[in-house]
Order: sequence, then structure tokens, then C-alpha cells
Amino acid sequence: MKLEDLRRIREKAEREMKLREGKARIKIIVGMGTSGIAAGAREVLKVFLEEVEKRNLKDVIVTQTGEKGLASHEPVVEIHEEDKPIIVYGNVTPELVRRIVAEHIVNSNPVSDYVIEVRE
Amino acid sequence: MKREEILQKYTPELENILFILHDLQDNNPQHYLSKEDLEAVANYLNVPYSYVHGVATFYSMFSLKPRGKYIIRVCESPACHLMGSSNIIYELAKLLGIGIGETTSDGLFTLELSSCLGVCGVAPAMMINDEVYGNLTPEKIRQIIEEKRRER
Amino acid sequence: MPKRLDVLICSGAACISNNSQLIRKKLEEVIAKEGLQEEVAIIETGCMGPCELGPVMLVYPDGTFYIRLKEEDVEEIVKEHFLKGRPVRRLLWETPEARKIAEEKKQIPFFEKQFKIALANCGKIDPENIEEYIATGGYEALGKVLTEMKPEEVIDEIIKSGLRGRGGAGFPTGLKWKFTREAQGNEKYVICNADEGDPGAFMDRAILEGDPHAVIEGMAIAAYAIGAKQGYIYVRAEYPLAVKRLEIAIKQARKYGLLGKNIFETGFEFDVELRMGAGAFVCGEETALIASIEGKRGQPKPKPPYPAQSGLWGKPTLINNVETLANVRHIILSGASWFSSIGTEKSKGTKVFALSGKVVNTGLVEVPMGITLRELVYDIGGGVPNGKKFKAVQIGGPSGGCVPEKYLDTPVDYESLKELGTIMGSGGLIVLDEDDCMVNIAKFFLEFTMEESCGQCVPCRVGLKQMYDILDRITRGEGREEDIELLEKLGKEIQTTSLCGLGQSAPNPVLSTIKYFREEYMEHIKERKCRAGVCQFKKEEKLETAIEKIKDII
Repeated sequence: MKLEDLRRIREKAEREMKLREGKARIKIIVGMGTSGIAAGAREVLKVFLEEVEKRNLKDVIVTQTGEKGLASHEPVVEIHEEDKPIIVYGNVTPELVRRIVAEHIVNSNPVSDYVIEVRE
Repeated sequence: MKREEILQKYTPELENILFILHDLQDNNPQHYLSKEDLEAVANYLNVPYSYVHGVATFYSMFSLKPRGKYIIRVCESPACHLMGSSNIIYELAKLLGIGIGETTSDGLFTLELSSCLGVCGVAPAMMINDEVYGNLTPEKIRQIIEEKRRER
Repeated sequence: MPKRLDVLICSGAACISNNSQLIRKKLEEVIAKEGLQEEVAIIETGCMGPCELGPVMLVYPDGTFYIRLKEEDVEEIVKEHFLKGRPVRRLLWETPEARKIAEEKKQIPFFEKQFKIALANCGKIDPENIEEYIATGGYEALGKVLTEMKPEEVIDEIIKSGLRGRGGAGFPTGLKWKFTREAQGNEKYVICNADEGDPGAFMDRAILEGDPHAVIEGMAIAAYAIGAKQGYIYVRAEYPLAVKRLEIAIKQARKYGLLGKNIFETGFEFDVELRMGAGAFVCGEETALIASIEGKRGQPKPKPPYPAQSGLWGKPTLINNVETLANVRHIILSGASWFSSIGTEKSKGTKVFALSGKVVNTGLVEVPMGITLRELVYDIGGGVPNGKKFKAVQIGGPSGGCVPEKYLDTPVDYESLKELGTIMGSGGLIVLDEDDCMVNIAKFFLEFTMEESCGQCVPCRVGLKQMYDILDRITRGEGREEDIELLEKLGKEIQTTSLCGLGQSAPNPVLSTIKYFREEYMEHIKERKCRAGVCQFKKEEKLETAIEKIKDII
């Protein structure tokens, strides 16, 4: 492939990663580095997928990322929503996932007690 | 997979010896390298048996004696030690009724100590085969062992 | 079809004991009676918090919070609120206005002082999707280097940036690249040392699991600079997820033509293969690593010759650490002057540290060189938990030393740390508090290096065991007056005469703790006292014997 081809892939990928293309309203990113997994991130990811499917939330993507860094607060989950600051939750449990989906994802009210970072 | 099939996956070059030994060990339900395994590798790579034996015994992840289905490796490195890994090892020994380096009589679990697993942020930690468990407490350990017993 | 109203009923233990289930049943009945099933969703949640006010119910989207509900209230709520849109005031708890998250600013300072270069993509992209890496500018640096720069120019840029090896030794990276390029021979190799074995270190694991392409791209750029066509990543087998993610990344890079022949149609060819370790700390040492890849016992060789002259299969070989390589693409894209504007005069850029032990926020942080240890432990780490007193911070793992409280304002850079008697190391930082015994800690680190010794040379094989035995006696209350001097003498000898870095640096934790905590050693020896309460001073049962005893009982 030529360098120009790389740039074209980049532009397309950048667009898809943003939410502006209307593909998704909300992106849920679960930290799946070994620290996260050792603290239970796989269960958390599973329950997110279950909840999203159960409620048929077509405009929500659930995805994974590498080691997030704050091991003492793993499992860590980030919620990205268009035109809103990024909300980061720590010490997420399957119980909390159900609350996050019900209160934050569906009803735009973050579960403030478990928020560890707010980022522009 | 049979021994011959495993060997054939790799070109008979010395640089493949670690891959071959890992593969043979992982494919053995008792997670170890038998004398026959080492002999086969020596033949395949055209080196003396003593050479293969020397390599297998140098690296701590290879075992020359039979082990269990689930190899439990508890990290005893400083970061985990500070956070109470001795307790965890004690609990496991009590729970399973075996000592370090030993296997339960039903062939399910082998208890070993490991050097740093690289998950110091969630110490104390352990690995069971390829899975890592962190933030361990005696309660969590009981749950995990129960889960593994049910999986069989 | 999302419902118009979401009604959350708390079914935490307290509310259940207050009959929240009855409320729920009644709610379902009344909603059915009024024909509102399609419009109102009833959701049971775990404990919402204010148990004394239960049973509670939360209605969205307006966020109305009903408290102290009784069965009789339900009909009124459904009719007045759900149907007519008028919340029943007498049952409400006025939740404070400032529930707005943005105003609460729940920031943990953990994130504020960090500056991410090597960790830039970790936690931001899906490491199993090469296109997400490309979206962050991935492989642009390789493209730039192949189409716009000559190999010597690439090396100059790395030299100018001031990048130093992040694996622990801190050798100027650009110089290493230069030596390897200038070595005789046209078959050369690039190796990434991913055998991160330092206890307390997990920086490399995070990069390998979270941003594997950054490492691959760094290797490709290095290969172009030195004239190599083949690279190897040597990963420890204790990192199965890193192995998996690297395999996926290499496959994807090949598929997209970013590894292999004729990359970016410039004629440059480079490919990478994985090699696994098998549980030997010493294989993190360059020459031992090379021996391991060659299929031998991982035993180090004396240097010179250095790998740059004679490495893998006798050919000139460049070995770089994971974090070092992850920095390369940023230097190429943003320039050497940008990189060298961060950090201190002799230590440029950032460093990733792994915080563990007695600290509130454990995990990985990347900070500009020059930040003080105090900022790392207190501002970013959140200090020592449970109201305990800070005692020391151990830096550099088994090759490093400890730093007591009075030196916490030392800036973190290669030279300053060396002056304190420790090293930067790979980045592992273990925080110790008043409940930790320095003699015990030194013994622990020494036990590690002693067990990992390859056994070739006498100073390490015999010397470390002798040192360990002395420490063991001291922790059992059988220390003798001359022990401290003996440890110092032995330590210095082992440092100067060992064949490789493992032996040369193994005495460091012991010598460092003696330097700063001599009184603790004295207390153990003269008074049989351990101020931290760790050492038991009876015929201390080794863990193995204790476990043997349990077996007999069972």
C-alpha cells in the first residue's frame, strides 16, 4: 500500500471512531488489560453486552481497550457521549453495570458515587 | 494432538526448542514433559538428550514431573508479599490439602509459587493456567477453586 | 421502543425488608389497570443509598425521588404523576440541585499530573484493531521515515531527542542505533526485549497489551535506521494476553502491507516474529536473551563483545526495551526538539512508573522526567492508606534501592537517583509503610535474585547465597555484630566481580537499606527487635514447613 492509502484509512477510521457519523450515540469502553481482567473486567463486559441487548439499545456500542492504568480502581469503564464530557467509572461490578445502563445510558444521569474522572 | 504432529509444526531448528517444549507441555493433560518427550525433541533437533534436558531444566515454567489439570501459580514477589501473599498461599494449601510443588490426589490442582506476574496493581495475585486473578482474599480463592471444580 | 417513563424501585436489602416488593406489585397492578404498560418501565435496582428513607423509588427522565412509600401511595403516584405529569410533592425528597456531575468534578489527582507519550494509546484504542491505531496517526512515522529521511538522519533525530533506554540502564538510544549501524556486516537484527521480569514492574505489559503496534512501528523504524530486515520480540510466557495481542497485531500489520516486502512501495522490507521465554528472569539480560532465542540455556556472556557488534547468531543486533520503542514514532512525528523540551537536562522525555505496595492509587503513571518522588507518591499515588506512616519507596526492583522520607523531594531522573544509591530501573516503584521491615524487604529481593541466578559465576552463585544466609540469620534473631560490615564487604565484591548485570546489581537493595536504615539492622542484631513487627525471632517456620504441618493435620 502507498502512503496515501494509509491516510485514507486513517480518515475513514477517525470518522468511525467519532460518534458524529450517527452510528452510535454512546460508546462504552471497558478496560481489558490483564489488571482489569484479573479484577473482573470480563464479567463487566459480558453484563454490559447483555444489558444493551436486553433493552435493544441500537445506538450504543460496547468495546474494549488495553491497560487503563489505575489498577487500584479496576475494572474501569469509560462512557463516551457526543457533546458531553467523558465519564470514567472505577471499581465497576456487574451490579453497578445494571445501574449504569439504567440510570446513565438510558436516562442521562451518571451514577456519581462511582465516577472517578470527568474529562473533556 | 500426538507428539509427532506437534513436532512437525516446527522446522527442526534449535531456535524453535522453546516453542516445541511449551507446545508439548501444554498438550499434555498433566502439564509436564516426559522422558519420551525430551528424547523425541532431541531426535527431531539432532542434539544430545542431555542438551534438551539442560534447556528444559533451566527454565522454571517446564516441569519434568506430572502435574494437575490446573496449575496454580501464586506470585510471591515483593509487591504481592507486602499485600499478603503468604496468607493466600496458606489458604490455598489448607483448602487443597497439598504443599507447594504438589498435586491434589484427584489430579486437578498443582500449587506452585511464581515470580512477578506483572499485575502488582491488583496484588495479591495468582495465575491458574492462562488466567490471572487479582485482589485475592480467602473468600475469593474459595469461589475460584469451586468454579474450577465445577468446570471439570 | 424506549418507554416514556423509567421507574426504578430499590430492592436493596433494607428496602425489601420495608416491603418494597409489595410496592412493586401494586405498581404493576395499577399501571396495568390504567393501560400504561407500554409507556412505563419498572426496573429493580440494587441499593440506591439512603436506606433510612426507604422504600424509595426513582422516576426518570425527570429524576423525581420518592421516599418512605406505602402501598396506598401508589395509586396516587400513577394517576397524578404518570398520567397527569404532576409529581406528588408530599412524598418527594428534594434532591440537591448540584447533582450535576460536571460541577462535582470528581477528579482523582491521579490523572492530572500525567503526560502520556508511551502510554498515549493505552486505554484509548482497541488494541486488536489496527485501524484504530492508524486513526491515531499509526504508521505515519514509518511512512515519513521511509519516504523522506535517510537512515543516518533518523539516527541523528533519535540522538538529538535525548531518548535513553527505558529498560533500566539508561544508555542513549540513538548511540546504540549508531553503533549497530556502523558495525560490519549486512545481516543485522532488531530485538525488542519484552521479558519484563522486575518484580513490581508492569509498564511493558500494558504497552504490549494496549498498543502493540507502537512497538512494531518502533522496531520497523529502528530496522530501517540500522539496516536490518528481521526483528524478534522476546516476550515472557507469563504474559499470555500480551502474546495473543502481539500475534494479532503482527498478522494485521502483514495483511495491511506494513510488515513484509516493499513497505509503502519504497523497497524496504522488514518482518517481525515472536519468541517466548519460559520463566527465567535472567533472560531479560541482553546476552542471555540472545542465547535463549538461539535455543540455548539463557546464560549471559561477558561483554564486550556487545550485541551491537556480535549478537544474535554472531550478527550485529540492536536490543531495545518496549517503552523505549514506543517513544520512537512520537519523536519522528513531533520532532526531537519537542521531545527534548520535556524532562530535565540529561533525562529527556517521560517515564512510565508502576506504583504498587502501600499506596492508595496503584497502577501505571507516565510523568515527565524531573517530577519529584513526593509528587509521585502523594499527589499522584494518593499517599499511604489507612493512616499509616510512609517509610520508604523501593525503586528499580531487585537491582535498585530504597529512598527514605527525607529524600522524597529528589527529582526523578537517571543521575539524581544514582546519587542516592539507587537506579531508575525499569520503572517499578513499591511504596513501603511503617509495618514493613527493611531487613525483611532486602532479604526478599535477595531471595529473588539468588533463585534467578543462572549459576555460571562464583560471585553470584555462591556470594548471593552467603549474603542471603546472613540476612536470614538476622531476621531470625541470630545476627552477629560483624554481620553488617560483612554484608557490605560481600556486596561490594559481588558488584564488582559478577559476570552480568543480575549479579552486579543484586546486592543493591541490601546495601541501600543498610545505608538508610542501619538502625533497623542494629536493632535486629543487638536487641532482637523488629520495629515493624514483621520478624518473629523464634525458630521462624518457613512457609513450606508450615504447610507441611497443615497437611499432616488434614
